[in-house]
Amino acid sequence: MTAKPAGRRRGPVSTVGIGTAGSRVWHVNTVAMRAASVEVSGRAGEHGALPEALVGLPITPTDAVGLTERAAALAKRSIKTTAKGAALTLAVRCMDLTTLEGVDTPGKVLSLCAKALRPEPTDPAVPPVAAVCVYPELVGVAAGALAGTPVRVASVAGSFPAGLGPIGVRLAEIADATSAGADEIDIVLNRSAFLAGRYRQAFDEVAASKEAAGHAHLKVILETGELGSYDAVRKASMLAMAAGADFIKTSTGKIGTSATLPVALCMAEAIRDFADADGRAVGLKVAGGIRTAKQSWQYLVVMAETLGPQWLHPDLFRIGASSLLNDVLLQLDRLGTGRYPRPDKTVV
Amino acid sequence: MSDTGEHLPASPAGDVPGAEVPERVLADLPEFGPASYAPAPEGTDLVHIAEDYGLFIGGEMVPARSDRAAPTVNPATGETLATFAVGGAEDVDRAVLAAREAYESHWRDTPGSVRARYLYRVARLLQERSREFAVLETLDGGKPIKESRDVDLPLAAAHFFHHAGWADKLDYAFAGAEAHPVGVVGQVIPWNFPLLMAAWKLAPALAAGNTVVLKPAETTPLTALLLTEVLRDADLPPGVVNIVTGDGTTGAATVAHPGVDKVAFTGSTTVGKEIQRTLAGTGRRLTLELGGKAANIIFEDAALDQVTEGIVGGIYFNQGQVCCAGSRLLVQESVADAVISKLRRRMDTLLVGDPLDKNTDIGAINSAVQLRKITELVESGVRQGAELYQPSCALPERGWFFPPTLFCDVSPSHRIAREEIFGPVLSVLTFRTADEAVEKANNTPYGLSAGIWTEKGSRILWMAERMQAGVVWANTFNRFDPASPFGGYRESGFGREGGRQGLLPYLHLQGAQL
Repeated sequence: MTAKPAGRRRGPVSTVGIGTAGSRVWHVNTVAMRAASVEVSGRAGEHGALPEALVGLPITPTDAVGLTERAAALAKRSIKTTAKGAALTLAVRCMDLTTLEGVDTPGKVLSLCAKALRPEPTDPAVPPVAAVCVYPELVGVAAGALAGTPVRVASVAGSFPAGLGPIGVRLAEIADATSAGADEIDIVLNRSAFLAGRYRQAFDEVAASKEAAGHAHLKVILETGELGSYDAVRKASMLAMAAGADFIKTSTGKIGTSATLPVALCMAEAIRDFADADGRAVGLKVAGGIRTAKQSWQYLVVMAETLGPQWLHPDLFRIGASSLLNDVLLQLDRLGTGRYPRPDKTVV
Repeated sequence: MSDTGEHLPASPAGDVPGAEVPERVLADLPEFGPASYAPAPEGTDLVHIAEDYGLFIGGEMVPARSDRAAPTVNPATGETLATFAVGGAEDVDRAVLAAREAYESHWRDTPGSVRARYLYRVARLLQERSREFAVLETLDGGKPIKESRDVDLPLAAAHFFHHAGWADKLDYAFAGAEAHPVGVVGQVIPWNFPLLMAAWKLAPALAAGNTVVLKPAETTPLTALLLTEVLRDADLPPGVVNIVTGDGTTGAATVAHPGVDKVAFTGSTTVGKEIQRTLAGTGRRLTLELGGKAANIIFEDAALDQVTEGIVGGIYFNQGQVCCAGSRLLVQESVADAVISKLRRRMDTLLVGDPLDKNTDIGAINSAVQLRKITELVESGVRQGAELYQPSCALPERGWFFPPTLFCDVSPSHRIAREEIFGPVLSVLTFRTADEAVEKANNTPYGLSAGIWTEKGSRILWMAERMQAGVVWANTFNRFDPASPFGGYRESGFGREGGRQGLLPYLHLQGAQL
């Protein structure tokens, strides 16, 4: 488990949360002003043109047949014994334990935080997960429960999951979640702008979100299931990275098609190209529909064989999931004992 | 790949029902990654290998009259797997007679729908026993189990299925013509795809109503010998297929036998030329599928990450021991650096080692002879000034292995750019324009296959028209399908295998207006 970099560590609970009204107002005002300029530049045209920041970055086409074949080949890697143990432990360390339901309550979030810190109460060797991911409303609760621990608080923000609220409101939401104690902000790419060819607007909004997030890490959700082609996934990946995303993320989990292995491979290839051209290592978060331990190590294989060991770390790889952890714990248990435990052994 | 059938060693306390489950030991786990994938060997229990094998003649395994035998070796370990008979001229003669007897007494008059039934049975039996065949293929030939499991076996079964479908439709396949079989066919196959090549040869011959004498390669006879069990279980009448194992002399006797009406050979260009000389003027039919030096052509607008996979699949598939391997990489100069950098990085992740391990990407070289040939040509590349790259992968101590190899700064006059290496060795040349790509691609005595990588459809068609190659792949490589005819031009041979065209060499068409 790695400690968080000092600069990103949350302060004591009492200074964060919803109480500090003065700083909030100041934030909203500045981001709203910036929002106005974002909207102007979006309307100003350059329709279809890519922002200058993307010029010179390799946006190579993607062949869907070849991509899916490669992903299928990687999925067939046979991960056994010690390799399986290493993969499952790493999957726990890279997990964003997520609850994004309208019925989330402080009680639900508190029990999730407890599980995040000690996924397997009977076995302290199982490491904590990377982060707990909640709606902004519940950031304060999670931040309180996780203060002083290595588990980070992630919040969705920016009119999640559609991302089509007024830009000022979106940026305010991001700033709000950050000041409430979120270490990481998961926003969605403006697919409306992206698919309409208003790349400049989509780019500027990500850049403004990055600024609004301040010290928090920014994860940009591409919602790949809505982009229509791997070429678009690759282009959106490059756009988000060039605009300052710390992570690019596959999906919200709120539409039918979520993370798939070929999509993850496509994004990992974009991350590799970006790192070669720009020198900055951007992380990948896969989310939505990942429920089994086997799926989790298939994604780890894709990362290992596409991006290499540097990316096999919670700083650069995350799995967003709500039910995956229990299956990973069952498999870890079996690996140690040689038999499956009762499914009700894991805590809820 | 379900994991539910796997049995991990249980901890001692775990064996006692109701005992307290001990804490898992999660310490001392390796860092996850390709370098630390735990061994995942495919089990060999299913496979039974006899100590020695005779010849399959007239539906029975019989001892060779030649009294000669040879060992077949596992190239990954150097251990002898079994001893097989080396058929002599007298054995070939017996096999041809058995084939002739079966042909004339019933097989040529057996309705196509009945022949189809036998072929369907063979196809299904191959599928049922595919794991056993795959393991044996890997043991005998050294190819990675994932290739024998995912490529050789499914394709072999697919060839029988495909041709079973043709058997009762031959009169409709060639409009206005009546299709008749040719007679007794002599077939000599190579060691790189032992069972698959047997399937490529047997399926169309039998579908067309011919009987066969098949001579498997000297270093890989075992899957063809196991196939005799399948043929018997399918109730194929005795003599319809005869399998005479042996060496070059056995093959020479098979193709030269006057009772053989048609010869089909897959192998080296040198031997192919000898066979052509032998058959010249005899009026007996011949098809040859020989060597190659395929160009894999990368244009600057191609999907470069999938190109990288295509290059790797083109040259390192089956350790490069593929007649249609993409051994000459022609890359447009504007993207040459990007492609080579991606390729090198990808080569670093290739897992070389135990062919039986399910994670192995590159297995063993088929024989010591072949390893010597590859080594000698690679040395010549270095001597002639090409720049060598090999990933720093540890090779197994036993067996015959060669690391994936890349040569840059290759000039078209270098031996590695001209001669067929038949190993995991890629030579990179660059081009500036499409015209130059065509000129360089065709600058070889061979003409078997070519690959074109571009996102521009019109360029694919423009290039394909100009490639002097029997098979042209676009945005893929080394893809095979029984419905697609395969074969070469020039020194890569003549005749096609697969599809409707692949039936022609095995048929006399009467009243055809072709």
